[in-house]
Amino acid sequence: MEQTTSLVQIKGIRDGLLATFSDAPWEDQRIALLTQIDERSAFFQGARLAMDVGSQILKVNDLVDLRDQLSERNVVLWAVVSESSTTEQTSQLLGLATRISKPRPEEKQFSDTVTDDTALFVNKTLRSGTRIEYPGHVVVLGDVNPGAEIVAEGNVIVWGRVRGMIHAGAKGNRSAFICALDLSANQLRIADEISAMLKPQKDPRPEVASINSEGRLQAELWHPG
Amino acid sequence: MTAQVITVTSGKGGVGKTTAVANLATALAADGRKVVCIDGDIGLRNLDVIMGLENRIVYDIVDVIEGRCKLKQAMIRDKHYSDLYLIPAAQTRDKNAVSPSDMISICKDLRPDTDFVIIDSPAGIERGFRNSIAAADRVLVVTNPEVSAVRDADRVVGILEAEEKGTPALILNRLNPALVKNNDMLSAEDVLDLLGIQLIGVVPEDESVIIGSNRGAPVVTDPKSRAGQAFRNIAKRLQGQDVPFMDLEQQNGIWSALQRLTGRK
Repeated sequence: MEQTTSLVQIKGIRDGLLATFSDAPWEDQRIALLTQIDERSAFFQGARLAMDVGSQILKVNDLVDLRDQLSERNVVLWAVVSESSTTEQTSQLLGLATRISKPRPEEKQFSDTVTDDTALFVNKTLRSGTRIEYPGHVVVLGDVNPGAEIVAEGNVIVWGRVRGMIHAGAKGNRSAFICALDLSANQLRIADEISAMLKPQKDPRPEVASINSEGRLQAELWHPG
Repeated sequence: MTAQVITVTSGKGGVGKTTAVANLATALAADGRKVVCIDGDIGLRNLDVIMGLENRIVYDIVDVIEGRCKLKQAMIRDKHYSDLYLIPAAQTRDKNAVSPSDMISICKDLRPDTDFVIIDSPAGIERGFRNSIAAADRVLVVTNPEVSAVRDADRVVGILEAEEKGTPALILNRLNPALVKNNDMLSAEDVLDLLGIQLIGVVPEDESVIIGSNRGAPVVTDPKSRAGQAFRNIAKRLQGQDVPFMDLEQQNGIWSALQRLTGRK
């Protein structure tokens, strides 16, 4: 299968095809990928493609263009795996998966290097279908709408309303907490505890959810100081 | 002239996208604009039925893309307005027969001598939806005052924002003021509170809409229909006019509430 010295390596994985990109300029690799597909268009018909883009930093337009060009060739782009958090966020915004079944060997190393102080700042409302996964804390300036999900290994702070799903301490940290101006979430999770649905509040006040001394996930009003 | 391309979409099906397209296009044509509607729902077309043009279809959008006819040949002229055209979808093909770049090139060809190109998007967020938004300058999201429809609208707004299509405007369709008053239906405020986007019109529930659709005569041509009036107002707003929101009477204070909500960015 291996043809010429191509910039982009394509191989079969359990979930379709995986295209692995190198550090060469994105534009050259994009063209190389499309050329490979055009040369063997029958083979690629209807394929599900995942991309491992390494450390490439990709903007929305880069991915949208490529996805549309792939879709014109009847190839579905479903996942983008990346070492860059910008690219990962871009992919999540577009509803693409950022993990494929075979975990990257680098992934473990990545979470090991995360310290307690790492936080992701999200300066917008998270709408239905958005999923944010982060190996640290997550701070949202905006609402978390129903159908949106945040999975953080640290704490989650939302300066807005929470009506979606939030999972703090996702890797088992039972001392993680979730706080928000209005905590009317469908479901909250901390470590492996799952809360029942919280009642929507008539007169919302800032609340903090954490695991109490009895080991249950509980939300209580936030008292400054 | 250079046309404004407007895509009408929703996420959920059955909320009134096609009805909104037929009515807005007719209202714009009645205001003397040159309008072309494109049915983006390849394989499940029905804009032609609602506009009453089903029996005039010879060529469709896939024929244009695959080079079997010229663009002009696929443009069906409306029965009443000589400056209103429909490019129908193919019924025997599927969404993959069209690509986003095909839509961009068709709209590019239409732009020079049209005022408005209105694209009727299929339900969903897959290929057909992506084709429909590819060429859009502006997107209108239609929703009903129902939790499931609003949830889907939120998803669509998120995708549009992620793809840098700008924030869409909202059409709230089939609002029943009596039900809202009894707290049996989401109010316009509830919907806007969640979606946080600009409202461009509220269309009251009105059975004349269904009657009009079945007859192939969009309700906007009926001067007595309140839904028709709402669509005429939206068409005016699309043309840049500042039209106050209708007072949906039964619901006290909704008008001022709407003004307050649309005043905010």
